[in-house]
Amino acid sequence: MRTPASIKLVAGLGPKGWLAVAITALVAWVLVPLAHLMLPESHPLHVSTFAITLIGKILCYAVVAVAMDLIWGYGGILSLGHGLFFALGGYSFGMYLMRQIGREGSYQSDLPDFMVFLDWKELPWYWTGSDHFLWAIFLAVAVPGVIAWIFGYFAFRSRIKGVYFSIITQALTYAAMLFFFRNETGFGGNNGFTDFKRILGYSITAPETRLVLFGLSVALLLGTLILGRVLIASKFGKVLTAIRDAESRVMFIGYNPLHYKLFIWTVSAMLCGLAGALYVPQVGIINPSEMSVANSIEIAIWVAVGGRGTLIGPVFGAAIVNLSKSWFTTSFPEYWLFFLGLLFILVTLYLPQGVVGLWAKLTRREAKAAAAQAKAETPAAPAARNSESNAAELPAGAAKGASA
Amino acid sequence: MQNRRSFIKAAVLSASIAAIGAMSSTAYAADTIKVGILHSLSGTMAISETALKETALMTIDEINAKGGVLGKKLEPVVVDPASDWPKFAEKARQLLSQDKVAVTFGCWTSVSRKSVLPVYKELNGLLFYPVQYEGEELEKNVFYTGAAPNQQAIPAVEYLMSKEGGSAKRFVLLGTDYVYPRTTNKILRAFLKSKGVAEADIMEEYTPFGHSDYQTIIAKIKKFAAEGKKTAVISTINGDSNVPFYKELGNAGLKAKDVPVVAFSVGEEELRGVDAKPLVGHLAAWNYFMSVKNPENDKFIKMYRDWAKKAKLPKADTVVTNDPMEATYVGIHMWAQAVEKAKSTDTDKVIAAMAGQTFNAPSGFTLKMDETNHHLHKPVFIGEIKADGQFNTVWKTKGPIRAQPWSPFIPGNESKQKL
Amino acid sequence: MRRFLLSLGLVLGLCATGARADLDPAALKGLASDDFDAKQAAITGLAATGDADAERVLKALADDALAVAGGRVVITAGGQVLDAASGAAIKPAPANPESIGLNNALRQQVDGALAALRLFSADRAERLAAAKLLLADMGDGAALLPILDKAVKAEADGEIKTILAQLHAQARLTSPDAAVRLAAVQTLGESASPAVKALLLPLIEKQGDAYLETDDKVRYAAQTAIKSIEGRLAWSETAGQIFTGVSLGSILLLAALGLAITYGVMGVINMAHGELLMIGAYSAYAMQTLFRASFPDFVDYYLVAAVPVAFFVAALVGMAMERTVIRHLYGRPLETLLATWGLSLVLIQAARLLFGAQNVEVANPVWMSGGVQIAENLSLPWNRLVIVAFSGFVLLLVWLMMNKTRLGMFVRAVTQNRPMAGCVGVPTARIDTLAFGIGSGIAGLGGVALSQIANVGPDMGTGYIVDSFMVVVLGGVGQLAGAVWAALGLGVVSKFLEGWAGAVIAKILVLVFIIIFIQKRPQGLFALKGRFVEN
Repeated sequence: MRTPASIKLVAGLGPKGWLAVAITALVAWVLVPLAHLMLPESHPLHVSTFAITLIGKILCYAVVAVAMDLIWGYGGILSLGHGLFFALGGYSFGMYLMRQIGREGSYQSDLPDFMVFLDWKELPWYWTGSDHFLWAIFLAVAVPGVIAWIFGYFAFRSRIKGVYFSIITQALTYAAMLFFFRNETGFGGNNGFTDFKRILGYSITAPETRLVLFGLSVALLLGTLILGRVLIASKFGKVLTAIRDAESRVMFIGYNPLHYKLFIWTVSAMLCGLAGALYVPQVGIINPSEMSVANSIEIAIWVAVGGRGTLIGPVFGAAIVNLSKSWFTTSFPEYWLFFLGLLFILVTLYLPQGVVGLWAKLTRREAKAAAAQAKAETPAAPAARNSESNAAELPAGAAKGASA
Repeated sequence: MQNRRSFIKAAVLSASIAAIGAMSSTAYAADTIKVGILHSLSGTMAISETALKETALMTIDEINAKGGVLGKKLEPVVVDPASDWPKFAEKARQLLSQDKVAVTFGCWTSVSRKSVLPVYKELNGLLFYPVQYEGEELEKNVFYTGAAPNQQAIPAVEYLMSKEGGSAKRFVLLGTDYVYPRTTNKILRAFLKSKGVAEADIMEEYTPFGHSDYQTIIAKIKKFAAEGKKTAVISTINGDSNVPFYKELGNAGLKAKDVPVVAFSVGEEELRGVDAKPLVGHLAAWNYFMSVKNPENDKFIKMYRDWAKKAKLPKADTVVTNDPMEATYVGIHMWAQAVEKAKSTDTDKVIAAMAGQTFNAPSGFTLKMDETNHHLHKPVFIGEIKADGQFNTVWKTKGPIRAQPWSPFIPGNESKQKL
Repeated sequence: MRRFLLSLGLVLGLCATGARADLDPAALKGLASDDFDAKQAAITGLAATGDADAERVLKALADDALAVAGGRVVITAGGQVLDAASGAAIKPAPANPESIGLNNALRQQVDGALAALRLFSADRAERLAAAKLLLADMGDGAALLPILDKAVKAEADGEIKTILAQLHAQARLTSPDAAVRLAAVQTLGESASPAVKALLLPLIEKQGDAYLETDDKVRYAAQTAIKSIEGRLAWSETAGQIFTGVSLGSILLLAALGLAITYGVMGVINMAHGELLMIGAYSAYAMQTLFRASFPDFVDYYLVAAVPVAFFVAALVGMAMERTVIRHLYGRPLETLLATWGLSLVLIQAARLLFGAQNVEVANPVWMSGGVQIAENLSLPWNRLVIVAFSGFVLLLVWLMMNKTRLGMFVRAVTQNRPMAGCVGVPTARIDTLAFGIGSGIAGLGGVALSQIANVGPDMGTGYIVDSFMVVVLGGVGQLAGAVWAALGLGVVSKFLEGWAGAVIAKILVLVFIIIFIQKRPQGLFALKGRFVEN
């Protein structure tokens, strides 16, 4: 029996979910723009440009976190190289932004400044078409996708997994970072791309452009969440979580894990690419340090803090970690690393399901206290917990399985 | 944020927006002038930039002790961009739009400057950049108090080619693979060619960031140097890689008098963490050395030592001053003078008033802000490293020289010397 | 340079009898001049007098002991201040003598002048040193010919004579007599020195259409000589390249060995491994500080003390990490990865607060400075040699421990089959802690070695982490032999690649190679044989 995709979509999220989506969309697309454009700066509800760019940035990070969660929380694959796909998307779109500068650079040339500086007379072949918006968007999805697919195909086919896989993704992003640092690579070396002027002819600093980018980031995040929801609720998602929990058994039943892992891995990379493409115009710079090993590991901590194996968790995680980073680096710069380090340790030790798990635990405790204490604790606690938690939040043994 | 928990439940985003709004609504006191300090206090650049933050705070303290500017006290706003380039842009925007600072002193790496530039242009802010850099840039909103290539690299090479410097005929251009070394070497290559040095007598070599194994490169230099004619190495190796480089150099038996190395990124602060013995005799070119003898410098050094004790910096008894610190000090004083002259902290008025400002700098010269190109006229010193990590000045320019941010050795730059 | 040698040569030839007279204080004044030419002329003049007083002043100049005080040039020696012209002590000592600095060019001139004076010293060692210095610094030295003529005749010692003969030949290369030049070229053809090659090169160079060397015979001889020198240089160049590879390999091995043990035993990738290296390096720094303060006479041996200290400190930190964090994440390798990364951040920041963000200074002891000259163009630095030997020593230690002790047997048992080892009574939990401690301790030893060649600072560990992982992954889990082969292989391969493609590309190629290699052999070079079921 096949259900049409649209029905699946509606049913997958449930009324509560759709309500949340609607509220978020309303806030992002109507209230925030109004508060930004209409209210005077002195008004307490005025949303400043600073806030919009900061939140826009965090939204992009949140998309990356959700994409990471899809492979780690549901697929059991921990990538320490997701910064690479994010940066590749950013670079793809950055190429377009560089071309849009036109002749307004320091050297008044059609070529980007750094190429003039390298004495290049024409664009290298891989910059072909970079002045087309749609091509740039296509590249932002396709380049991370293709690279992820090739890498994933060989890695998963050789049945590389667990820590081994994490380490070689780390090597991959490290090698890419060194490669992009070179000036001859043709991506501006250490300085990367910066000083953008406009998108599709609109000034990049105009409030309207910022709001559109902000709105798109919200849309991408919502889209990612919905896509994730649909994937996870589908049969595909069930097989994926099964692979996470017991790959050999799934194989013996007759599934080939390669296709499942490869698919979710590639999708995840493509989402990162899109997030990167939206990130670059909002922060105004892309450079190889986005591919640094530390950045990629930080992505994992967003997911861990928010809660693996839940879709909304990583969003919280990205927001909490980045906001606290902004706060710490203003108030206690010396203690930021202590905080981040302890966060890594404490979350993995005591909050295997992140803040969402903690939240669920707290509300459950309240509920339990309210209910009669007649029911004795059964030994099969995980199963019981699973049946309690609603489908949108905690799939079976998320924390335990994800690490296997 | 506590009381907004119910809000979070409803929608994630509105909550974070509200949180930011609450976070950023800082009280604005009208009787002070806010001054932003944008230096990395954590991450890889903290090593170099922390000292600049301290210098800036010290200078602000000094100005305040003398009654402030326009009768108002200066209020420093320190933020930490954590050596993270996008974060530089974020913090710059925070300083300009939330804290409403009148001026910012900050940045070290070129990429951090490039990252904040669009923000300063968009919001018409004012940035003082205190570090030597590769040039090829000139922005209305930025004052460059560090050296342009012609105020550091070119005099150094001229010195090496002079009889005094050992009449070098062959050159190794060695650097870390990023924009500053690449640009500097491009300018130097053109310069050397204009001096009649043949292509075959120039060797260019780059290493990745954090490179720590210089065996192969030293062997190459040795081989290159052995092919006759006096050879000199011009090093734009970045920060951390210098120690392994010099250690290897010393142990491989290349002595300073045979193959001198002149570095543009090695100063007193860097030498603090180094056993300077293998470096003795090698050169550095700067616009200021701590060892320069004059009353201004004595005052500056004493002030910083006292500050270090007061601020309880680690190893306060051994603190040193260096070129970017001097540039920060000069920059803040010049800005204060310009504000007094303009009778306003308005960006455009201050920019206009900056032109032609002069200041008695610790380098022992009276530095002048150029009327048109936003760079300081600076003297150049060449020093040989001594075993105690200080420099012995072996050559200096007669007076301050004007900056050429657009190097004349790069074709197409002739017409670009001013804003 | 040449001008100075010319005058030196002439004058030395004339006044070898050495009429004793006080130096002219006015001539000495030139030394204190700010003008380079005046200084140079003053040194030349001083060298020309050629007597013991001049040598004393030159020596003081070379040692930075010459100063200006009260309007005259003085020598500061210990607490005393001597008049440079007469050598008599000045009483009372004038205040604030201002040191006369030298730059590289002048220093070379002073050293050359001193060496030329010392060629006639009565002390053999002094003559030998002088001859060697001239060999390294003299260049063609045609102006020195008269002195060399005399020195060669006067010299009785074989070793010095050989050097002088070569110097003599070098000096005759520019002789106007073609036959003399030919003889000189033929003598020099025996050499294996790149400096000699450099001297011969102009002989075969063209200026415009004409050769610089007009005599065909000399030119051909020069060509042959250059070829034979190049032949001699080639092998040592290759040897040098292999040595650099082995040296890099030994460093990789030291960095990775500890990781190989912890990963092998517990299947835990310790991201804080780099910070254990850092702890080892800081231990070396602490011992250096302690020795400087308390045992200044033995400061050169601080490293010997640092070895056990670094081992125990790093081991203690490692065991504490295992007890407090890693143990609780048993069976969750990916979480362990993140938690240890968190630990590494905390350790970095702790080091920053404790020792400051700055790098700290760790000096090579005297016995590890400089190098041993294998061939003219190949000198192996002592610090590298010591580290290669040290890594061999650590390897031996680990091998003995793993194969000859009860603890080692337990460790191997747990590595191969944890549940079974537990069943037969191996206390696996304790073995975990101990193995982690040993692995960490070895990382500490690696840190001591690193302190001798690289920076010591809070961030130093992060630079080695990817490299050490690559070694472990390439070698195969829990395999000492694998780690050794992987480290040496990576070292040599990356050094050859670097020579060929530059450091940046070499690094990228090596990483890509490892990624591809792992696809082919996921278990690394040496995999444990056995039947495994995952999950």
